[in-house]
Amino acid sequence: MNHGTTHQHDVIIIGGGGAGLRAAIAIAEENPSFSVACVSKVYPMRSHTVTAEGGAAAVIKDNDSLEDHIYDTISGADWLADQDAVEYFVNRAPPEMVQLEHWGCPWSRMPDGSVAVRPFGGMKIERTWFAADKTGFHMLHSLFQTTLKYGNIVRYDEHFASKLLLDDAGNCRGCAAIELRTGTVRAILGKSVIICTGGAGKAFPFTTNGAIKTGDGMAMAYRAGVALKDMEFIQYHPTGLPGTGILITEASRGEGGILVNKDGYRYLQDYDLGEALDVGDPRHPQKRAMELGPRDKLSQCFIKEKNAGRTIRTKDGDAVHLDLRHLGAAKIDKRIPFVRELARSYAGIDPVHQPIPVRPVVHYVMGGIDVDSNSATGIPGLYAAGECACVSINGANRLGSNSLTELLVFGAQAGTHAARFAMDRPDYDVSGLEAQAADEGERIRRDYFSMRTRSGSERIAVIRKELHDAMEDGAGIYRDAESLDAACNKIAELRERYAKITLDDQSNCFNTELTAALELASLLDVAQAMAHSAMERTESRGSHQRLDHPDRNDDDFLAHSLAFRAEDGGAPRIEYRPVTITRWPPGKRTYGADSGLKRPADAAAANDDTAASGETR
Amino acid sequence: MSNNGKITLEIFRYHPETDTEPRFQSYEVPYDEDWVVLDAINWIKDHIDGTVTHRWSCRMGVCGSCGMMVNGEPKLTCAAFLKDYHPRAVKVEPLVNFPVERDLVVSMDGFMDKLDAVKPYIIRDDVNDTSEGEYLQSPAELARYKQFSMCINCMLCYAACPVVGHEEEFLGPAALALGHRYNKDSRDQGQSERMEVMLSDEAMWGCTFVGECSVVCPKHVDPAGAIQQAKAMGAQEYFKGFVMPRGAGG
Repeated sequence: MNHGTTHQHDVIIIGGGGAGLRAAIAIAEENPSFSVACVSKVYPMRSHTVTAEGGAAAVIKDNDSLEDHIYDTISGADWLADQDAVEYFVNRAPPEMVQLEHWGCPWSRMPDGSVAVRPFGGMKIERTWFAADKTGFHMLHSLFQTTLKYGNIVRYDEHFASKLLLDDAGNCRGCAAIELRTGTVRAILGKSVIICTGGAGKAFPFTTNGAIKTGDGMAMAYRAGVALKDMEFIQYHPTGLPGTGILITEASRGEGGILVNKDGYRYLQDYDLGEALDVGDPRHPQKRAMELGPRDKLSQCFIKEKNAGRTIRTKDGDAVHLDLRHLGAAKIDKRIPFVRELARSYAGIDPVHQPIPVRPVVHYVMGGIDVDSNSATGIPGLYAAGECACVSINGANRLGSNSLTELLVFGAQAGTHAARFAMDRPDYDVSGLEAQAADEGERIRRDYFSMRTRSGSERIAVIRKELHDAMEDGAGIYRDAESLDAACNKIAELRERYAKITLDDQSNCFNTELTAALELASLLDVAQAMAHSAMERTESRGSHQRLDHPDRNDDDFLAHSLAFRAEDGGAPRIEYRPVTITRWPPGKRTYGADSGLKRPADAAAANDDTAASGETR
Repeated sequence: MSNNGKITLEIFRYHPETDTEPRFQSYEVPYDEDWVVLDAINWIKDHIDGTVTHRWSCRMGVCGSCGMMVNGEPKLTCAAFLKDYHPRAVKVEPLVNFPVERDLVVSMDGFMDKLDAVKPYIIRDDVNDTSEGEYLQSPAELARYKQFSMCINCMLCYAACPVVGHEEEFLGPAALALGHRYNKDSRDQGQSERMEVMLSDEAMWGCTFVGECSVVCPKHVDPAGAIQQAKAMGAQEYFKGFVMPRGAGG
């Protein structure tokens, strides 16, 4: 690879999705004299935040309370969330959401002009802000467009960061990144660094995640010595389209959609999720119950129905039906138009007239880069925010609509703290860091462009496929020691075979085969942390369900797992850190009748179809 | 529809390090009626030729990465189904009206500059503190700009626009629609500032309302409508300029 000139800034952000852009604005606003670099392997508006549909949670209405949002989040997390972090998150959510409104996000509105909210899974009351069903799209574009106001945000679009650069004292000072257009590897340096690179759903074959969700930032931090926390917790979203894995938003159930099995029966009522109210009942959809239960439980119910032979066979595997027909065309077009568009295009189904076949699909990684409640990692000057980070507010199961809010709250927080860190740092030795970036360029040349690799024998797509199969078979919705052992062994084998990978493309310009190879390396690291962390946690909690250890075990596992990478790439070392419990002692997680709808009258009013969203199509 | 099981893709190839001019390369791929053109390109890259170069991510029509010319028409390849072309071959080229970086990848530099130029953000003199809550905006006020906020920056409209083709400086459909989106937002007060940029784009007046941009837009943004509305607003603004000094008007 060519060596490029070094670029120097104050704070370096890796990743240009929601969290990265929010961090960039926080720094640019608070420190007008700072230069902020935003390094992304894609143009920011391509980032995966763009695909989020249903909404973002924040307490704004008089009938809601911060206390309830906190409790919903902690119980939804099966008590694995740090309660101080959840309190901070819930308290900061409303001002962050209002701030985004001030920056132009086109939130759907009530007739009086205030923002509208809708119910979401696991939430006691409707508190999910939405922009029809393209919430992530509007949030990302609003953030991106707002960054254009600030002359001190410098973008490195289509730069693939491949390595963190640390100075002799162990402070993080930037990254080495490949400029895709030229293949040049350059050092992009600053006084602090924030990783905002999103999740790693592409470790699995069937996922809502886009191609770019390959855990690059997680892997970079992991290689630099930071632990990956709670990686065994992988969220399956209960309603993806079979075949493509395209997401059908939870908002479709928030608006009243129901899930039925092959007999047309609302099977969730058989699994402790409450009573199946008639869809015409004004109390439907009931919060924290049935179709508005949490994602982990709904995905697990699907497997139980499948095992009982009550799912529907489709050419793309088993499915259940998401029935929206009773909502009617007008409501579907106003509140969830994208659902109709996606179902029509990709499933050939018009949900106004037919139920949509759906099945659980890998959606979100609860775990991530170990950060404290200030978004700081253990490496001085290195921060992380968004899906790539694990604070943890999501614990063993994230509630739908908390992640979009999370990227605002913790993106802003990481920006503030990283800027503060950078403020009184002395200048650093550029030449040492440049040398590291040059070494990284050499490593890439050696590993992917030398004659050795040309005579290699492994293809990216083959290893990726085998990794996918290993993760789906071994570390899916239900796991046990045997399945996880097989996954761990397979990953070890694939890591060895990876060294023999062959690239057809030996050129510098826009080499997407090289980036695919680097992404596969990230996935192998991240998947290894996932499988080994899952193996070590011999209990069942939230999204981590062990058939051989079916109960939650607070005595031994009310703790975050921390996976530390082994130098030789072998099995990671797993340690545990107790969960921070403040005011909410671990309890039984209940949904359905017990969890209670607080004020049915308010809920029914807010859910009334008069909450116009202003859709024009 | 599983007849003969194969389909041919003719892919535009150009590598600036080795090619003096572009060429086409044919690949035969398995035919699956559920596949989109993007699936076929990915299959080629994974299984036949790793040097084929393209952009993609979400494969659900919202990230805007995978716009290409498919049999001569600008399309999101994640939303262009093989069954609409089979058994004919599918010709895939990079979006026209953009410089080609490599194969199916075009340079976005000019496009990004144009987005930036229209000041696509809320401009206000009086900024409320977040503790005062949201700015109220009625559903009707939202409806005035919502359609123009749906642009995914896929650039298909630039490939379709005859003016973009010969006027390199033209801000173009997506950027003008985005500027118009903020002008129409009840929370915004930056219309004069923005119109100054939009009106100085002489090519905007050259937009003949052929409406090709709106036809190819996968998100029904109707940039042609936005440009016509902006022109009308611009004409008012222009005449106001004669009546009162700049800055005094609306």
